[in-house]
Amino acid sequence: MALLEVENLKIEARKDDGTPIPIVKGVSFEVKAGEVVALIGESGSGKTTISLASLAYTKPGLEFCGGEVRLHGEDLLTMEPLKQRDLRGQKVAYLAQSAAATFNPAITIGEQVTESAVLHGILTQEEATKRAEELYVALELPDPDRLGSRYPHQVSGGQLQRLMAAMALVGKPDLLVLDEPTTALDVTTQIEVLKAFKKVIREQGSAAIYVTHDLAVVAQIADHIVVLYSGEVQEQGPVDQIINNPSHDYTRRLMAAVRPTPTAGMSDDDDHGHGRAEAAIAARGITAGYGGIVDGEPAITILRDINVEVERGDVVGVIGESGCGKSTLARVMAGLLPSARGEIVLNGKTLEPALEDRDRDELRQVQFVFQMADTALNPRQYIGDILGRPVEFYLGLKGEDKRRRVLELLDMVELPPAFADRYPAELSGGQKQRINLARALAGNPEVLLCDEVTSALDSIVGANVIKLLTNLRNKTGVSFVFISHDLSTVGSFADKIVVLYAGRVVEQGPTDQVLSPPYHPYTRLLITSVPELRVGWLEDTMKTREAAAGIARGVEITAVGCPFFNRCPIAIPGTCQLETPPVRMHGDGHEIACHHSLDEVEHSEAETQKVLHGYEKAIVDDDSAIKA
Amino acid sequence: MSNTTENPGAAEKVVDEIDKFAELPDAPPKKTIKLSWTGKLAAAIVAAWVVVAFIGPWIAPFHEAEFILDDSFVPAGGCAEMLDELYDIEEWTPEAITKYCSDADVTLFLGSDYLGRDTFSRILWGARTTIGISFVATLFAYFMGITLGIGAAVSGGYIDMVLSRVNESILSLPSIMLGLIVVAALGSSIPILIATASVIYATSVFRIARALGQDIMVQDFVEAAHARGEGLWWIITREVLPNAAMPLLTDFGLRLVFVILFISSLSFLGLGVQPPTADWGSMVRENMAGLGYGSYASIWPAIAIGTLTISINLIVDDISAKSGGSLAKKMV
Amino acid sequence: MQAMVFRRILIGFATLWVVSIIVYFGLSVLPGDAAAIQLGQAATEESLAALRAQLGLDRPAYVRYFEWLGNMSTGDLGISNAGGATIASLIGFRLGNTLELGGIVAVISVPLSVFLGLAAAMYPGTWLDRALTFGTMSLVAVPEFLIATFLVLIFAVKLKWMPSIAYMSGGETFWEWVHALAMPILVLVVVVSAQMIRMTRAGILNVMNSPYIEMAILKGVPRKRIILRHALFNAIGPIINVIALNLAYLVSGVVIVETIFAYSGLAKLMIDGVQTRDFPLVQACAMIFCGTYVVLLLIADIAAIMSNPRLRNPK
Repeated sequence: MALLEVENLKIEARKDDGTPIPIVKGVSFEVKAGEVVALIGESGSGKTTISLASLAYTKPGLEFCGGEVRLHGEDLLTMEPLKQRDLRGQKVAYLAQSAAATFNPAITIGEQVTESAVLHGILTQEEATKRAEELYVALELPDPDRLGSRYPHQVSGGQLQRLMAAMALVGKPDLLVLDEPTTALDVTTQIEVLKAFKKVIREQGSAAIYVTHDLAVVAQIADHIVVLYSGEVQEQGPVDQIINNPSHDYTRRLMAAVRPTPTAGMSDDDDHGHGRAEAAIAARGITAGYGGIVDGEPAITILRDINVEVERGDVVGVIGESGCGKSTLARVMAGLLPSARGEIVLNGKTLEPALEDRDRDELRQVQFVFQMADTALNPRQYIGDILGRPVEFYLGLKGEDKRRRVLELLDMVELPPAFADRYPAELSGGQKQRINLARALAGNPEVLLCDEVTSALDSIVGANVIKLLTNLRNKTGVSFVFISHDLSTVGSFADKIVVLYAGRVVEQGPTDQVLSPPYHPYTRLLITSVPELRVGWLEDTMKTREAAAGIARGVEITAVGCPFFNRCPIAIPGTCQLETPPVRMHGDGHEIACHHSLDEVEHSEAETQKVLHGYEKAIVDDDSAIKA
Repeated sequence: MSNTTENPGAAEKVVDEIDKFAELPDAPPKKTIKLSWTGKLAAAIVAAWVVVAFIGPWIAPFHEAEFILDDSFVPAGGCAEMLDELYDIEEWTPEAITKYCSDADVTLFLGSDYLGRDTFSRILWGARTTIGISFVATLFAYFMGITLGIGAAVSGGYIDMVLSRVNESILSLPSIMLGLIVVAALGSSIPILIATASVIYATSVFRIARALGQDIMVQDFVEAAHARGEGLWWIITREVLPNAAMPLLTDFGLRLVFVILFISSLSFLGLGVQPPTADWGSMVRENMAGLGYGSYASIWPAIAIGTLTISINLIVDDISAKSGGSLAKKMV
Repeated sequence: MQAMVFRRILIGFATLWVVSIIVYFGLSVLPGDAAAIQLGQAATEESLAALRAQLGLDRPAYVRYFEWLGNMSTGDLGISNAGGATIASLIGFRLGNTLELGGIVAVISVPLSVFLGLAAAMYPGTWLDRALTFGTMSLVAVPEFLIATFLVLIFAVKLKWMPSIAYMSGGETFWEWVHALAMPILVLVVVVSAQMIRMTRAGILNVMNSPYIEMAILKGVPRKRIILRHALFNAIGPIINVIALNLAYLVSGVVIVETIFAYSGLAKLMIDGVQTRDFPLVQACAMIFCGTYVVLLLIADIAAIMSNPRLRNPK
């Protein structure tokens, strides 16, 4: 008998007038002891709802209306409420997507971690505290003996995510439910958390349900995959079978939307005929930040001495972890945040730093596309008005001409004309993002500044938006500054890549060159951190010392020296933290800012599987042993 | 640029493709406001009082200041054949009412007040005073509060700081105290009452409008308009106000209730609407003494105020989003 | 955090200062001054000027304002226009009476409403919650005098349990005293508690929508502990705020209640002052009331700062 058996589970939502809307439509699967089952699907697939059923819980507004969820053979859905309560936290434990929101800000970490086990009478407070500290050590959390007395806001996001694992594991549950536990994290942090989860799940021997939309992550951690769409199981099977030999259409589409690992030559960089050796927009010596400016130094500096050129018709990808200043760069270009020093040059003409001082035609030529289409579109305006305003404002079109242009824009972003009469709330996320793009295109701009436009979208929808952007570039010859934390998206689409770290350009150049050696150590960390759609990638990548060194710390903005020095595996003590690294040229327009000569950098990359120290080594050995 | 002609089928083609594993809209279309049965009842009551406020003086049997009976505190159903023919009645017992009033010329539906005036007529006349003054004062309060509040939110900097500080200071005075100070200084007349109430309540409107304005100002769609180069006027009228309208509208109801309470309280203290003008608050006060003789002359106007303000509150409760609790029901 | 509290206290003083300006100049803008009122119809140009000089009214307004402010802050409240008694002597025992009334009401209503508010939040949607929600909503929507009128009708007129005026002779026994004060206290408790119950419930339920409450449910934490440990600890700032705010509402409640029940307190004195246009008296009373109000708001704000774990435990 399997540990958990879900049979023909049905869950419904209810409208105000009482009509039921089916959310989960008869789902069946099972979880065997010690096995990790992944529920994979996009938003609206019902994956979270199904996973919560194993705690006999539905979100408010939903209700169970059929089927059984049996744990150790006993149906949870028909159980007494008090018995359901005893089950939660004791037999089945839940890890939520956002640890930052899930930890109670007013209670110490220690109390929250041990609470469940103590309340259920599994452990005494002392035992629970002791076990929690053991788990902190196992999860590689810093300062394990004092961590319990701290408050959630005093530790970082990645640490909180691991603390939630500790919270779930203290009571030694039979089943763990992990709901997108790494989705909100940066790729570099994601590896670290994934590794910790994988290790403790194995050590504790508990079974797990892993909910995610990310196939590459699933490949690392799951034994069995259940593919969901719209509340129904499309396909299920062992991980190897699903990854290597998907049989269902939808699974194949999901696979197709997974972007390949960033490597040289991945972008379809045929000459699209617009490229000319003239910069459409360029940032020269930009320093920018927040707070009062004294001598060209803002109170809080975000960007320091940035030089970036965007050639006409090119796509320039800007990449880096969160907090590196990617969005700030776009905001400076748009004039939303006036720079403290340096200048923005549009078609050879220097622009005023603040957008208030730019004239309407200059504004028209540089358009900013916001990340969240949800908030970037005024909910009280029709789509037709949202698109019509810039048409009128920049092109002076009115009446029938304006209407025609609006329809033309809708057609450009591949949406039907009827959408002009809808409100944003009546559109899906992907459709809203298309409107967001159409609005930016309304005035025939020269440059589009796209800030993480696909980050909030499901993978298939995001892939379609990227396809659309490629078409638009080819059709209109507009230049793009494409900001993303996702190297594989950028790699598949950009002509040129700018790698930002802590407000500075550490490497930039043509895509193929940036994605091939020699790499800046940070670029290399990013490349090795992007999950690959293959089983065993996590173990492989953990053997590289970039990963080992890079996951240890977060982004810190420094005024002097190389900002990456505290995470760099080849840092030169005494030099890197004190002196600004020189910019080294490698071939045509490829720059790397590093104290090492490019030969040294390249040489160091050859020894990827080098000695790891202490604990890291132990896990890697451990994992290889299990594999063998 | 005219790819409409180049590939006319583009739109349909993509729509087909999207349809296969269709994305659902994130939210259903906006719903129209639906009232529960209590909400509907409340709306009917408010509507009735508004009608009375308009036509009260014409449907009232008597003028608000007209002395009908020589007897004060005659109970409901008491009667008169006008002042010149007086009854000599010791006590208005139910028997007396049946005896004398079965074929009287005039019956006082709700009895007489402390000066022998018709309570029913005075309530009908008073509706106009109480509702009218409060409504006008709330309108002014809104006009001032929104203009300054949104203005402060949009302009920020020193203007915002100064306006907010002054506003906080006025807010930190109990409204009834401010009312007392103004009445002590300037005496009591209807224009002064309206001005006082509107200034006092403009401060709370200012606070809400400013907070709403600030919330909306940091939304991406406002920043998008700003980045496009739109002027302040466009941003306020097209981007901020339409999004602030609904919350401000429900707040208008609450604010109106507060103004009614304020005006009635001042009147009750004898410092608001001055006699002989009928006003619900002063009517309660004038007839308080009658309570001791078993007269309900002060209860009727009290019921009038209560039905109006409770109904407005009920409607506001119904319209505003249901407050949490859905998660709380999941507790075991 | 100390800096924030300090800043808030400074703002409190600044507010008090602005309040004093409003109170002083608000009552000085009217045509005709104290001298004219005192002399009435008999005034001649010469006698007016003489009295003005005697009262110091011929000096510029701001000089008189600072003099008044200085006197107020040293406890010299001035002399009443009517009768010439010192205001301090008029206020004396009346302030005591008012504080007594307010204090008793606070002691009863605060625990009562926090308890009922919590109970309503703990069992949302039950008949208890519905009854409390509807009842308090109705009470909040009607003026204080209306509640007083109905309670007088029920308890004094119909049931004859309590007197309809709160007359204090000074020599009553404890039970006479309770009997006399019962009605005003009852009215004020009902008025103030209705607000507090509503806001306590709303404060808790607001927190109850947070993901960490859902997490607590999913950890199998019992209802009582969710409310008392998880929700209350986060709602404590807002709740203290509510309490202080509502004790401040007491100020306006007291004005009405003292009038209705002819209770010899500060608010009644102030209303009488307004009716006889005795400005020095009104100014003094207004400053006392507003000062109390500002201090209560200040306490509320400081409590909110202190109860925020982020501010209490910096990184």
